[in-house]
Order: sequence, then C-alpha cells, then structure tokens
Amino acid sequence: MEKKWFTISIYSENNVGLLNRISGIFLKRHINIESLNVSKSEIQDVSKFTVVVFMEEELARKVVGQIEKQIEVIKAYYHEDDDTIYQESVLFKIASNLLFDERQIQNIIKDSNATIVTVSRDFFVLAKTGRKHEIDEMYQQLAPFGIMQFVRSGRIAVTKAEMPISSILAAFKK
Amino acid sequence: MSTQIIKEKKTETASKTTIKISGAEAIIHCLLAEGVDLIYGYPGGAIMPVYDELYKFQDKLTHILTRHEQGATHAAQGYARVSGRVGVAIATSGPGATNLVTGLADAQIDSTPMVCITGQVGSHLLGSDAFQETDIVGISTPVTKWNYQITKASEIPAIMAKAFYIAKSGRPGPVLIDITKDAQFDTFEFSYEKCKGVRSYNPVPKPDLTKISQAAQWINEAKKPFIVYGQGVILGQAENELKELVEKAGIPAAWTILGLSAMDTDHSLNVGMVGMHGNYGPNVLTNECDLLIAIGMRFDDRVTGNLATYAKQAKVIHFEIDPAEVNKNVKADVAILGNAKETLQLLLPKIKENTHEAWHSEFKKKYEIEFNEVIDKEINPTKDGLTMAEVIKEINIASNNNAIIVTDVGQHQMVACRYAKFNQTKSNVTSGGLGTMGFALPAAIGAKMGAEDREVVAIIGDGGYQMTIQELGVIFQHQVAVKIVVLNNDHLGMVRQWQELFFERRYASTVMVNPDFVKIAEGYHIEAKRVSDRKDLKSTVQAMMASNKPYFLEVKVEKEDNVFPMIPTGASVSDIRLK
Ligand SMILES: Cc1ncc(C[n+]2csc(CCOP(=O)(O)OP(=O)(O)O)c2C)c(N)n1
Repeated sequence: MEKKWFTISIYSENNVGLLNRISGIFLKRHINIESLNVSKSEIQDVSKFTVVVFMEEELARKVVGQIEKQIEVIKAYYHEDDDTIYQESVLFKIASNLLFDERQIQNIIKDSNATIVTVSRDFFVLAKTGRKHEIDEMYQQLAPFGIMQFVRSGRIAVTKAEMPISSILAAFKK
Repeated sequence: MSTQIIKEKKTETASKTTIKISGAEAIIHCLLAEGVDLIYGYPGGAIMPVYDELYKFQDKLTHILTRHEQGATHAAQGYARVSGRVGVAIATSGPGATNLVTGLADAQIDSTPMVCITGQVGSHLLGSDAFQETDIVGISTPVTKWNYQITKASEIPAIMAKAFYIAKSGRPGPVLIDITKDAQFDTFEFSYEKCKGVRSYNPVPKPDLTKISQAAQWINEAKKPFIVYGQGVILGQAENELKELVEKAGIPAAWTILGLSAMDTDHSLNVGMVGMHGNYGPNVLTNECDLLIAIGMRFDDRVTGNLATYAKQAKVIHFEIDPAEVNKNVKADVAILGNAKETLQLLLPKIKENTHEAWHSEFKKKYEIEFNEVIDKEINPTKDGLTMAEVIKEINIASNNNAIIVTDVGQHQMVACRYAKFNQTKSNVTSGGLGTMGFALPAAIGAKMGAEDREVVAIIGDGGYQMTIQELGVIFQHQVAVKIVVLNNDHLGMVRQWQELFFERRYASTVMVNPDFVKIAEGYHIEAKRVSDRKDLKSTVQAMMASNKPYFLEVKVEKEDNVFPMIPTGASVSDIRLK
C-alpha cells in the first residue's frame, strides 16, 4: 500500500497526560509526527488534536483505533488532504537590508500574500498562512537570499464532512 | 458490611454538618465502598499516611505485606483472575512505584482488572527530583488502561470511583492512581458515589444485529466451521453460551492459552490449544476450516504464526469487545462488537443444530498422530528421566481436574497448559501476553486468597521461581495453603530449547546452578519434598494434594527435554513440527 499524507483529528477531554498517551501510540510504532497542534474545539471543555502523518492507510486506521481506545478520547478520525480544508502558519526572519536591496523579495511578499509583521534595523519578519505546498514554495524562493530564522506551526484543519461530536457525546451520556 | 460504613459516615456528616477526614482515610473508605477487603502492598515514606489508616482499619481491610512490590501486583492479578474482582496493590513513591511496572504491563496485556495506588512526594516538591520522586504517571502510561495523579484530597473520591469503574468495565485493565503526600494528609468533607460512566468512554459497544444474522447464516452454511476462544469468554462470563453454541452447532472448539478452562478440557468438542506449542490438529486445521469463529481472542502472533498464511481459505467471524482489536492482525469478514455473553445470546436462537461428524474426524485423526508422536511419550514415558507432563498428569489425577493451576513462564508453562485438565472456569492463571517469569509464586498467593475453597497449584521452573522466591515469606507468614511445584531441569529450559533448535546448541547462560530448594522452603517453615525417581512421584503428589497446608515439591525432571509440537517463529500454523 502506498504512503499518503493523513490528518488525524482527535476530540478529547482536556486532560493532563493525554498528550503523553497519544504520542506514545505513534512512538511505539515508530511513526514520525510531521506536525501536531492542540487547541480548544467548538465544544466547551473538548480539546482537538490535529496530527499530520505520512503513512499507509491501513496503519492510519489502526492508529486511530488505538487512539480511540484511550479513556479520555471522544472520537478520532483520519482524513486525506482532499477531504479537509487546512492551513499552516509560518514566520520568516530575514535581514532588513534584503527588504530594500532585493527587488525580488518585494515581489515574493506581494505574490504570496505574506504580511510584514515587523521591521527593525537588523531584520524584518514575514508571516504567512497557507497550505503546505504554498509555504514550501515560499521557503524555496526565500532560501537563496538567506533566512535568519524559520518557524512553522502545526497544521490546523476542518473537514468537509461533518464530525458529529456533540451527538457522540450525547450518546455517551445515555 | 463495607458500604454500611460509608452510609453511616454519610448520615453522620449530614447531621453534624461537617465531618472532615484526611485524604488517607478517604482512600480506605473508597476501597471499602468498592467492596475491597484485601490488598497487597509494601510501605514507604510517601504512602505512610495510608498505612497508618490501614492499621486502624485492620478489621475491615486486610493488607498483605508482600516481599517485593512486583509480588504485590502479581498477587493482585492472581486474586483478580480467579475471583473476577478488581485486584488492589499499593506502594510508596520512587522505587516502590517502579517495582509495580512489570505487574502493570502484565495486567494490561492480559486484560486483568487491577487498581494500583502509589504515594508521591508532596505536591510542592513535584518535578524537583526530590527524594524518592519518580514520574510514575509518565512511566506507567504505556502500561495502564488509565492513570492519574491526585494532588488534592478533595479529588480522591471521584478519582478512586473512576479508577475502579475503568479497571473493571469493558475490556478490563490496570489503573494507577498516584497520590501526593499532602493530599493524603489534608482533610476534606468526604462523600462517595460509585462511578457509573465516563463521558468519553464507551466500554461495551452495541452489537449490530444484521452482522449477527450474517454470522448465523455463515455458521449454518459452513461445512468445516472452527471456533477459537480466548479469555474474552471468561471475562464476559460467556462460558455457558460458548458451550451451548459448540454443542448446538457441533463445532470443534480450541482454546488460546488464556481461554483455557472456559470450557471443560475433556468436553468431546473441545479439540485442544492453538498457538506456538498448541495441539497439532487445531493448528493444522486452522488452515483447512472454511469458517473461523474467533470469540474473545485477539489473534496474538503466538497464535497465528505467519499472518500471510493464516486461515487464508476461511471466512472469519470475530466476536470482540475492543474495537481496536478488530482487523488488527487478521482481517474479519464479519466483526461482532460487544460483550461475548450478550452477542452469543443474540446469535444462539439463529443457529441450526448440526454435528459435522466428518469434520470432527479430521481432528481425531490429527490427535492420533500427535498422541503417538508426542503425547504418549510425554505422559507415559518409558525412559528413566521424569517428564514435566507426567507430573501434570499426576496432579490432574490427585485433584480430579479440579485445581486452579498457576503457571510461570517457560517449558513447564507450555506443558502445564497442554496437559492440565480443568472442569471449572477461571482455573488457569498464567502470564500469557507478557510472559513474565516470576509471575506464578505471587499470583498463586493471590489466587488462593481469591478462591479459598479451591486447591491452588503453582507450576514453576527453577529459573522463574528464583525471580520472586522471597514471596515464600508471605506463604509462611499467612499460611497460604498453596502447593508449589518446581519442575527443576537445572536450565532456563525454554531458552535452552531455542538454543538447541536454532542456535546450534550454544547454551549461553542457560545452565542454572541451583540452591537446595527443599532447604530454602524449609527455611520458611514450609513442608517440602524432592522427587527424582518415578516410583515416588504419584504418592508424593497425592500427599501434597491431601495436605491442607502450604507445600513445596521439587521434581527433578529431564534436563534437556523439549516441548513439542512447536511452530517456529515466522512459520505457518500448518507447518507445526512434531519433533
Ligand atoms: C522476566 C523474564 N525474563 C526473561 C524471560 C525470557 N525467558 C522465557 S522462558 C525462560 C526460561 C525459563 O526457565 P525456567 O523458569 O527454568 O523454566 P523452564 O523453561 O525450564 O520450564 C526465559 C529466560 C522472561 N520470559 N521473563
């Protein structure tokens, strides 16, 4: 089976220690987590993990099964990129002189819809939000000029299909 | 009795408005409210407030001081496995807590309900590498069903209630609760309510009726159906339903090592054990059946051998409580989620009566081959050296197949599980999934305390015995009337067997130079005998079984015997070797 990118979404109780349990499931199977984001969800007191991994679908299914087994996990899903709407955020720190001396950099900023967060004497900071490949492209374009610092957030994603967490929670109560 | 106390306490609280108790006392009340009357453990600084309360509550809650915390966990497991109740173990922080890890891992993989309580340094010291501080919650995370650290006394009732609920519900497992010392000392207003559910946790999935109908149709149509049952039958109390299914549909049934004793060993439709050292027929015929019905078992790799060749010709029906087990190793054509008792009850009315005689005779033919090649030589040996199997046979005879057999890990374990006979459920206690040497002696203590009216016989190798031999102290102190049988081959037998078969007889560190086991037992004031001659075996086993006290028996067995049949690692179940 071929490997693909999967976004694993986990709805859970907001509990200390759960991150440890979930990351342990990936660790045991030697799965590299490409990115990880944890935040509040649309439901009060329910957290959402968004984990990006590159693996075979069969394994994704098994991993989701193991994750759902954890007591505090309400529900977990895996999705291919096409089934989600997702974004990542990124910050580039670049030497200030380049902003004025390199026309090309000004074009990259314009074309990529990046915003300038701050400019100081020594450096300026660019922020961009977008899909993985857009961010990869921008990185490729800027790299030749020299990037002082580069940092990228975990992916956040919503799915095209419904995730009926509220009704699952209601069913648990019964 | 125990719940009574809680009620009294509550009414007292109501009338006098505030009755505050310490966290440590609250823990005792929680245990009593959960019906616990026996716990195993070992004290130390960080759990002393709880021990102080145990002293006061001695008449209601018995604490057994094991000689090592690992012993406490295995004893709690043995107790849980035969009684069907939750086993409880307790330890101090740091080394006390880390010594619980093996038992937790063992209970996790064998689905044994257990609650472990550990003391922890004061909450103001957490994370400071304080004396005897260990992140036991972090350490035990991969080997517990759930765990939690309590830092406030007021959290105790709700967390303890949740711990017991999680440990015993659905697919059972071990839970660890770590309690800081200040939470044990602080006082609060106590009230207790049993946990009835956890929002995010669905312990028993609802059975799907259309799948049950599909399964029934396939069972009714099958020419060569075959059942493999595991511990899920015992945990789900589905023994009667299993028997009814087997008898009504006339399906040959085989057990996994943890499924053993769910059905009478001698039942005419019970055809033996599957797996690495299982029986010839069930293993070979797994690859000839047209329908494989797996009930409460998880297709462990020691059962399936090479997955690429496992039961490929058969449709597979999997009865399972844990959704994560479905399609994990073997793809199920129909998976029936739920408690085995419930799902089998739904299935049974849809099943047609059948006998499958021709198919049965296949198993009989294979049994004859195995009997002639292996079994006869093992239980009726003609060579001088004693075999492990003949010892088990004598125990069967002396106990009328009615003993609880607790085994350690190694050759003796496989031999015991192959030859021991059972006529009652929950009678086979062994470390299946983790294969923990040192399990049997403490587990036998727990088993005897969990089923006082039954005979408990521990079968142990000379290697594993010495891993927890100190628990003889508990047996002596409390006069726990277990029968300890050490099958001494002066080797780490199972490893030696592998060395012989797969490492050209290079016996690296598997020869054991052993002490005088009889003297050691006598040192603990336990009656002890050694048998090295066949003529003494029967009478000594009978004397042992007739005794109502703890008894130690060492049998000097053949040093280099091997356990057969055997499926070498990675081989197919149909390539099982008879020699
Ligand atoms: C704690 C632990 N360490 C190591 C092993 C690996 N192991 C499996 S069987 C075995 C040999 C057991 O020897 P013994 O207890 O004498 O029993 P026998 O096989 O001779 O019956 C060993 C070392 C294990 N299962 N558990």
